[in-house]
Amino acid sequence: MTNDSVVTIQNLVKQFPVGGDFFTALKDLSLTINKGEFTGLIGPSGSGKTTLLNIIGGLDSPTKGKVSVLGQALNDTSHGERARLRRKYMGFIFQSYNLLPVYTVFENVELPLILNKMDTDERRSMVEQAVESVGLTDKMDSRPNMLSGGECQRTAIARAIVHQPALVLADEPTANLDAENSHHIMKILVRLNQELSTSFIFATHDEKIMAYLRRIIHLDDGEITEDEIIDNPKARD
Amino acid sequence: MIRFLTKGLLRDRSRSLFPVLVITLTVTLVIFSIGFMKGTMNSLLLDTAVILTGHEKVVTRAYNEESQLMPNDLALLDVDQLINNLEQDYPEFFWSPRITFAGLLDVPDENGETKAQGPVLALGIDFFSDESREVEIWELERSLVSGRLPENRDDALISSKLADQLNIQAGEQVTFIGSTMDNAFTTYNFTIIGTFNLRKGQTDKQMMLVDLSGARAALDMDNAASAIFGFAHSLYYDDEAAVALRSKYNEIHSDSLDIFSPFMLALRDGNQMGSMVDISNAMMAIMGGIFLVVVMVVLWNMGLMSGLRRYGEVGLRLALGESKGQVYRSMISEAVIIGLAGTAMGTGIGIALTYYVQENGIDYTKGMEALSSSSMVAPNIFYAQVTPDLFYIGFIPGVLATVLGTMLAGMAIYKREMAQLFKELET
Repeated sequence: MTNDSVVTIQNLVKQFPVGGDFFTALKDLSLTINKGEFTGLIGPSGSGKTTLLNIIGGLDSPTKGKVSVLGQALNDTSHGERARLRRKYMGFIFQSYNLLPVYTVFENVELPLILNKMDTDERRSMVEQAVESVGLTDKMDSRPNMLSGGECQRTAIARAIVHQPALVLADEPTANLDAENSHHIMKILVRLNQELSTSFIFATHDEKIMAYLRRIIHLDDGEITEDEIIDNPKARD
Repeated sequence: MIRFLTKGLLRDRSRSLFPVLVITLTVTLVIFSIGFMKGTMNSLLLDTAVILTGHEKVVTRAYNEESQLMPNDLALLDVDQLINNLEQDYPEFFWSPRITFAGLLDVPDENGETKAQGPVLALGIDFFSDESREVEIWELERSLVSGRLPENRDDALISSKLADQLNIQAGEQVTFIGSTMDNAFTTYNFTIIGTFNLRKGQTDKQMMLVDLSGARAALDMDNAASAIFGFAHSLYYDDEAAVALRSKYNEIHSDSLDIFSPFMLALRDGNQMGSMVDISNAMMAIMGGIFLVVVMVVLWNMGLMSGLRRYGEVGLRLALGESKGQVYRSMISEAVIIGLAGTAMGTGIGIALTYYVQENGIDYTKGMEALSSSSMVAPNIFYAQVTPDLFYIGFIPGVLATVLGTMLAGMAIYKREMAQLFKELET
């Protein structure tokens, strides 16, 4: 692992029990993702991209192999330590937003800061900054049911980046959005990637996302079939 | 975090208002049902206690041996002193003397000749003392069919059944023919000043009620009484307390070698009342237990469902970095708060409702009149009873069941793989 790497995976195998047998979702997979990368895990359904994302996020454990995230070997960490790693250094963006319906935009975005026990004034300033960065300042007091799909996903992005994590994991973040909103969201993420040097890892098969990625890792049947570096992503022009 | 969760709890009515209302309603039902069952059972016991046994009854040892013969020659003497001692030593009860006697009642015509005659079971009770609660416990104001309550020593009330049988009207004079406590022949004139109907089947068929002073005059029982009846001030029969008091009293005051020494009996000691009390307690325990279990299943299920429908929120909080323990503890704390709020409200409403029915009763007179030919002794008005256990019994279903349900739902957090929870966020 280099000083610049945020994720290092060596010979990762992940198996799930199916009946009396095992289904191998990831087969002897190795890769390194460096700080500030804007990476996509691309592949058809069942190729293992969500499983890989879950293992990187400490939500699932490897069957074999070594996984190190932000300098911490996940094989040796407890549930509590992995929770702390997610709380402090990671952000998550989900396909279906997963905003808490009884809270306002401000409060949804505030949640990671509350979990990190920040004081009220600091929280307010950081939330306002995050909400402003996704262009939702005028919706601060709205609840999710008053927002469009795009606005909900922008709120989810603000929540993922509010505590300025080193790594953001996004599972199909544009799957529920139309083309215009998808591009809008991706432009916000690119800007945040550039401004905050936050690393992003996407699991997706959305062509629109691929056009923004600087690195595309192709997965098929649990194996990396291609690892592409893109110097000038088309959509960024 | 507590403030954040409280805010969510208050805003999400399906997590706060609805469960609180369900718990309130359920706890109210539990408390009222148990209070009503206890009250009804107590009403049945109280009828017997008022007429025959008291919650406690003090007689002489000899009287107790021959009690079916109503042997007033074996009655208690120096009753005022005995009552003073009882009031001083056992102030949790009120004590009242009683003379039970039987004989013939002779109704003369205008010439003084016998017009009608019949056997009578007479009870001398304390109508006149300021502190006496006999009129209240006999419910005489409600039972009076005609006339008024006794105001003079020689006034007597007879049951409307006996009045019909002997064709007596209020205002007529009757002669009691019987024997004194010294077994001498006696006749004594009473004036019938009213009739009553206890509405307890055939119990009052031959009954006459007179004041204690009249009975004493008729039977030469100066400062004597067949028995001293004791009742708990609440009129609620507590079998355990009654038995303990009886044992304690007899240990101190009763001498097995002295047949005239006082001897205390608890309600359960007479007329197979022990079995009645045991059956009544068992019935209440079974019915109350079944009801509690049903209610607990309902609230347990509510806690379980309430926990399960928050799977998404739980998954999100875990993904954002809360530990399983923190999420689990916050769910339990929430269930405790909801349970306590619902139980406190339910207990308040339940006790208020029970108290109202304790004071006013539910009148089943019309229904009981349909059973007039039945020999069953049953009250017409059913009362509930506020007992100390009603103040805490609601916490069993209200808090315990709700929390257990939530704990069970929360166990799923520990059992499920994190990735599974995370995946459920996408569904």
